[in-house]
Parts: sequence; structure tokens; C-alpha cells
Amino acid sequence: MYKVAVVGDKDSVLVFKALGIDVLTPTSPDEIRRVIDDLARDQYGVIFITEQLASLVPETIARYDDEMIPAVILIPSNQGTLNIGMDRIDRSVEKAVGSNIL
Amino acid sequence: MARLKVNPTRMQMTLLRSRLKTATRGHKLLKDKQDELMRRFIELIRENKRLRMSVEEELKDSFEDFLMTSALMSPQMIKQALAMPKTKVSVDIQSRNIMSVNIPEMEFIYTDQSGGEGEASIYPYGYAQTSAELDDAIEKLHTTMEKLLKLAAMEKAGQLMADEIEKTRRRVNALEYRTIPDLEETIKYIRMKLDENERATITRLMKVKDIIAKEA
Repeated sequence: MYKVAVVGDKDSVLVFKALGIDVLTPTSPDEIRRVIDDLARDQYGVIFITEQLASLVPETIARYDDEMIPAVILIPSNQGTLNIGMDRIDRSVEKAVGSNIL
Repeated sequence: MARLKVNPTRMQMTLLRSRLKTATRGHKLLKDKQDELMRRFIELIRENKRLRMSVEEELKDSFEDFLMTSALMSPQMIKQALAMPKTKVSVDIQSRNIMSVNIPEMEFIYTDQSGGEGEASIYPYGYAQTSAELDDAIEKLHTTMEKLLKLAAMEKAGQLMADEIEKTRRRVNALEYRTIPDLEETIKYIRMKLDENERATITRLMKVKDIIAKEA
């Protein structure tokens, strides 16, 4: 059994709390890094993180790419999407196929 | 192509021949694996993109409502309203094996924490002091959650598969362009060498025979 967490700025993700999902609101890159690593160690299976915060710590996100658990998934925030999530899909296509064929 | 450093003997050749056979077989199997992985991967990615687009749209909707709430209610009130969620969400992750890639399958498990009878409401507050936009935001989010989890599983699967495809491609290429040509060349070299030795022996024997015939 794994837990679910959302990481993001308070104005965007506080609403997730109503559904019983753990909400964390770090602000500085150091804090974000620590929060993600802590969550990964602490039996969290899915970590949703807003693209705004994810863009500050790309290498931490990338570290969990080739592990099955946890799944670090980017979501847009209330300022809209930065398209990083889509970019990541495109990147994995490029990695697998060699060029972007879609 | 580099020839392998081996002694040109019959035994080495037999050894290399069996290695070539294994390499060819391995190459074929890996190639098949790569093709199948690629097919599934493309399918998955197409679906993934579609899903992400719709999830992002829905989340934006929900966030907009929540933004309205933030404007209408004080931060303390919002915090208070959301402080004690009625349900607790956890996720059950099973792994499934597709072409030797472990792919997660996720499922939400809602546990009711209110202890009341029947279906727990998703709203953890009374309606008196909250705005209707908050209800909207939560409801929209609630309906999006299933999709969001599906997206999570799918995206993870995509990443893992991309990784495996890359690895397989390297192996296929290494076999195709390195191991197999090297082995073939070495085998050819040994065969030439052995044939040459044989001819040398025959010539020598004929020569010896000539000498003996002349002396007699």
C-alpha cells in the first residue's frame, strides 16, 4: 500500500487536501529537493508536482525516472501549464525511437 | 572489423562457430523484442498524450474555481475548511511484466475516516461558511482523480519502456555491427589459415616424395 502526495504552491494544490491527499508546499529549490527525496523514501507511490516547482529541480525529478516507485508526475498549476509534462513525453519518445516521430 | 585474437586451430573454430550461432539467435530474439516493445510504446505514448491533454484541461478548470475561492474566502477559512479531510487516499501498485519491463498498475483505495454510515461525502466541511466555488473545485478535482492516476501509471510505464527500448537497441546494434561480423571474420580467417596449412602439407609431401624418387 502506497501513499499519494501533491507538491506545489499553496494556492494551486491546497484543494487536493479535501480528497485526503497529503499536500506539501515547499518554496525554495533546496526545500523541494528535500521534500521529494523524503517522500520517495517514505512509501509514497505517486508524487504529483506542479510544473513550476519541477522546473526548479529537474535533476531530482529525473532521478526517479527509471525506478518503478515512486512515479513523479507533473501537473499544471493555477498559472497554467508550462508544457514541461508534454516535453517529458516527447523526450522519452526521442530516447526510445531516436527522433520525435509523433 | 577487428579480428579476434585467437589461435587458428580447429578447436577454436568450433568454439567460435557455436558462439556465432548463439549471437545470431540472440540478435533475432532481441530484434523481435525491440519491434514489439516499440509497437506497444508508440500506442502507449499516443494514448498518454491524449490523456495528459484532457487531464491538464480539467485540472485547469478545477484550479480556476479554487482561485475564485481564494478570492472570496480568507486564507484562514480555506485552511480551516480543508483541515480535516473525511477520506484518506492511498494507492495500490501492482507490477505487470510486459516484454521484461515491469510496468506499474495503480489503483486508488479510499478509506473513510469519518466513521459514519454509508458513502462519505467528499466535502470535509459544512456548507455554511464556504463558497460554492470551493465545492465546484473539489468536485471537479474528485472526478479528475481517476484520470490523473491513470496518467501517472501510463507516464511511468512510458518512461520505463523508453529506457528498456534504448537498452535493447544498444544490445541489438552491438550484436549486429560488432559481435557477429567479428566472429564471422575470425572464423573465415581460421578457415583460410587451416586450408593454407593443408595445402602446405600436401606440397611438402609431394616434394619429399620427389626427392625420395630421385635418390632411389
